[in-house]
Amino acid sequence: MRKNSSAIERMDWMLVALFFVLIIAGWLNIYAAVYNEEFTNIFDTSQRYGKQLLWMGTAVVIATVVMLIDERFFSTFGYLIYGIIVFLLLLVIFIGAETKGATSWFSLGGFKIQPSEFSKFATNLALAKYLSTLNINIKKFKTKLLAFAIIGVPAMLILLQNDTGSALVYASFILVLYREGLSGNILLIGVLVAILFVLTLILQAEVYKMPFDLFLNGATLLVLCITVLLTLVFYVQRKQKRIIWLLLTIWIACIGLIKSVDYVFSDVLEPHQSKRINVLLGLESDPRGAGYNVNQSLIAIGSGGITGKGYLKGTQTKYDFVPEQSTDFIFCTIGEEWGFLGSTMVIILFLALLLRILFVCTRQRSTFAQIYGYGLAAILFFHFAINIGMTIGLAPVIGIPLPFFSYGGSSLWGFTLLLFIFIKMDADRLEVL
Amino acid sequence: MNQRLQKTWVLAGIFVCIGIVYIIRLFNVQVLDNRYKMDADNNVLRKVIKYPARGLIYDREGKLLVYNEAAYDLMVIPRQVEENMDTLEFCALLEMDKATFMEKMSKAKKYSNYKASKFEKEISTISYAKIQEQLFKYPGFFVQRRTLRTYPERSAPHILGYVGEVSPSVIEENSYYKSGDHIGISGIEKTYEEVLRGKRGIEIQMVDVFNRTKGKFKDGLFDTAAVAGSDLQLTIDNDLQRYGEYLMQNKKGSIVAIEPSTGEVLAMISMPTYDPNLLVGRARSVNYKQLSLDSLNPLFNRALMAKYPPGSTFKSINALIGLQEEVLTPHTKYSCNMGYRSGRFHMGCHSHQSPVDLEFSIQTSCNAYYSNVFRNIIDKYPTAEEGYEVWHEYVKSFGLGVKTGIDLPNELQGFVPEPTYYDRYYRKGSWGSLTIVSLAIGQGELGFTPLQMANMTATIANRGYHISPHIVKSVSNQPRSIIDPSIQRKEVNIAPEHFEHVIEAMYKVVEEGTGRSARIDSIKVCGKTGTVQNPHGDDHSTFIAFAPKDDPKIAISVYVENGYWGSRWAAPIAGLMVEKYLRDTIGRPEIEERMVKGNLIHPQIASNEEE
Ligand SMILES: [Zn+2]
Repeated sequence: MRKNSSAIERMDWMLVALFFVLIIAGWLNIYAAVYNEEFTNIFDTSQRYGKQLLWMGTAVVIATVVMLIDERFFSTFGYLIYGIIVFLLLLVIFIGAETKGATSWFSLGGFKIQPSEFSKFATNLALAKYLSTLNINIKKFKTKLLAFAIIGVPAMLILLQNDTGSALVYASFILVLYREGLSGNILLIGVLVAILFVLTLILQAEVYKMPFDLFLNGATLLVLCITVLLTLVFYVQRKQKRIIWLLLTIWIACIGLIKSVDYVFSDVLEPHQSKRINVLLGLESDPRGAGYNVNQSLIAIGSGGITGKGYLKGTQTKYDFVPEQSTDFIFCTIGEEWGFLGSTMVIILFLALLLRILFVCTRQRSTFAQIYGYGLAAILFFHFAINIGMTIGLAPVIGIPLPFFSYGGSSLWGFTLLLFIFIKMDADRLEVL
Repeated sequence: MNQRLQKTWVLAGIFVCIGIVYIIRLFNVQVLDNRYKMDADNNVLRKVIKYPARGLIYDREGKLLVYNEAAYDLMVIPRQVEENMDTLEFCALLEMDKATFMEKMSKAKKYSNYKASKFEKEISTISYAKIQEQLFKYPGFFVQRRTLRTYPERSAPHILGYVGEVSPSVIEENSYYKSGDHIGISGIEKTYEEVLRGKRGIEIQMVDVFNRTKGKFKDGLFDTAAVAGSDLQLTIDNDLQRYGEYLMQNKKGSIVAIEPSTGEVLAMISMPTYDPNLLVGRARSVNYKQLSLDSLNPLFNRALMAKYPPGSTFKSINALIGLQEEVLTPHTKYSCNMGYRSGRFHMGCHSHQSPVDLEFSIQTSCNAYYSNVFRNIIDKYPTAEEGYEVWHEYVKSFGLGVKTGIDLPNELQGFVPEPTYYDRYYRKGSWGSLTIVSLAIGQGELGFTPLQMANMTATIANRGYHISPHIVKSVSNQPRSIIDPSIQRKEVNIAPEHFEHVIEAMYKVVEEGTGRSARIDSIKVCGKTGTVQNPHGDDHSTFIAFAPKDDPKIAISVYVENGYWGSRWAAPIAGLMVEKYLRDTIGRPEIEERMVKGNLIHPQIASNEEE
């Protein structure tokens, strides 16, 4: 018993304090987002802020329970927990309730649970357990394959639930693999492919007039540019005999990619997905769809000015201008009511949380805890970057919540579990042999 | 130094970079850029939804069946309403009492103090003009324009369906809809909802404290235009549709007419019917309740949702199957002595000359003949199950017992028992052709919709195929038959020459048999009468027909509930419909008058009126 109480004493209080500051600030903004003078009772569970308060209470209970569990529990049962969650993800596809086009919820008598919010911590546990196995080498093909499978299986299942946003979050685990030795070149190639993809999309619709009355479409021009570039590289490096094969491979790969973009765009992606990409790239202005939300969100945030309109004084977010304002667009309320100072403060809070997690990671003795913490930071960062980025028009409109801020029980519980398992590991770090 | 630690630093660097980029962007949006600010602090923004006009609906001749009329919703934002507003004057303007006002106000507050909600919906254009003049005195109130459906022809309510407000469950499932939106609830308004509705637009207005609109926010930079819905053209001939409704007055039942060569539904009548204008606007809920409580069930579309046994009309199908299965030739004769006997089994028939051949068997509708034919089809195979399986496949290929796939909601599948049905009902191996012989004369478990029967008739008229029946001819002038893969040609595995024998017999039915009352001078009509046994009351009268015999332009099925023999009501009505469609004038007004006057719902009232 003594050991357990001391686990709470040994908690990293800075992380815990940041957790509380974030959830309380989140709640205050949910209250503001759905504020209605007729219903001001904060415990009113018919209103969202009342429900959120209930979930915050239960989240604290969950955190306490995590602190009391033996830390070996998570490393021992990592795969089991992962297995159960994967099963639930599969189950929800068949018996889940459909909301806004996605079947990602279990509906238990008025109470809804979204298993994809819990699969993040489970995947993180399983991945950490796998990568901390003795003598593992990420350079081996089999290891890479297994690691990608651990990440890919829940991501695919969530994709099948039609919840593209939550599935994309799993891309953040690549950062974990990178730290464990996955070649930086693979990351770099990934980024380059993405850039080429975007360039093709932007250029293919255009036609350029060349000298001698020659007309070229964007894609052809791109191929031409790449060819010239690679030839130049070859000319400079011509002493190395083997480089010609490498350059030839790159050249063929680039052409293949450019040719396949059109296919992927019109045949693989759903119309609403390709539309979102188009709107993000400014290729299509569709104020009714995704672009509309971003416009409204920018009006709300922009109208906040330097100091904001004051708490509960916001008008844009209350007049129903911004959709989903207590969930995905909660940052609008912050921007409007607290202004530039308030929104900067929130960004600094998140940065503090992320950097603190990285710092706590470096003092772990167990590889398991280190990898887990690193995964935690990657997931939180992805959510933070995409969610805030989309409200200020810097990231695609992907419906994922702002951790600890957004309204929603499943996501709050999921993030609480994710964070406190790490805090628990850290508290017990000295007991690891 | 440890490579992992180094990579941790890389990651920390990325975090901080993104954070800084976001802060710079926020500084830009919130401090430097004035695009997102409002001009004056006192102004508030108001989001006015621009509802698009719903698509119009025309009949096959281009006659307008459905259009839109303007109506106005009075909206309120409770927070902007002045404490000391003149409630009495306001109530007088709206013609409502103070209690209603208070109730509506508290309902709006309960929804939201900040968001606009409907205070009074669907105000007519006339009341709107009066209210609009005075509205500036009442901050917090504004008017939102929208449209209501109007039906100038007052016909075909079951086809057109109606429009109403979206239910909360739809809003939950489909993110397009917002509370207060209209949505098609039945008929083609439902199946073509996405085509008809168009896309809603939004105008952001600036409003000052005196409830005056100060123009568009940022000159409409953030506004979106509404996109009007697409127009539909139906396959329905409105004149024929209305004529059918006229003939069927005071009767229960249904008429479906199809153009055999295209599968286009020319008329689809379900009686009793109602005026579609009843289900529009503020009176909708009251009228809907009244209609749904009516014991005659006028909201029910019998053409698609009622299932009747086909009765003797089905003998044509058994004749065709018999011919194809080679258990029957046009010259096969059976004797009939007031019915069919086998052991202790007896199925009655009326008195007629005997023996009968194929042609005469249809003309006089002999039960004994078809009991023999049906049993020979089944008994041709080693077991009754196998024989039945074959027969059952033929029947289904006529579109019976399978959904026709028509573009209207809630179509019934109809019922032809699966072979396993009898195994369960009787015990496997213990049933035979005699057990199910009532199928020979279209009785027993069979149940088809009037639409399926019309489609079956079209299959006979086409000598062995039908095109999927459909009700919308074109969307925005794009013919559906070309662009819609759901409109298909479906073949029946029966040789065309077999059809000629049966069609010749059906021609004789109308010329000199039980269907004489459907005869039209100089148009060759083919038909078959039927009487459907009804355990709940008087038998139903039914008739199928198509014409002209050699180049069919119309195939029709008529059901008149409690009308006794097919020859009494269904045949003359079918004849008049065919004449109306092909000739547009009626050569036999006395039959028309008899049909119109016939009252099968309240027969005693009708006779009183005659006196
Ligand atoms: Zn007979």
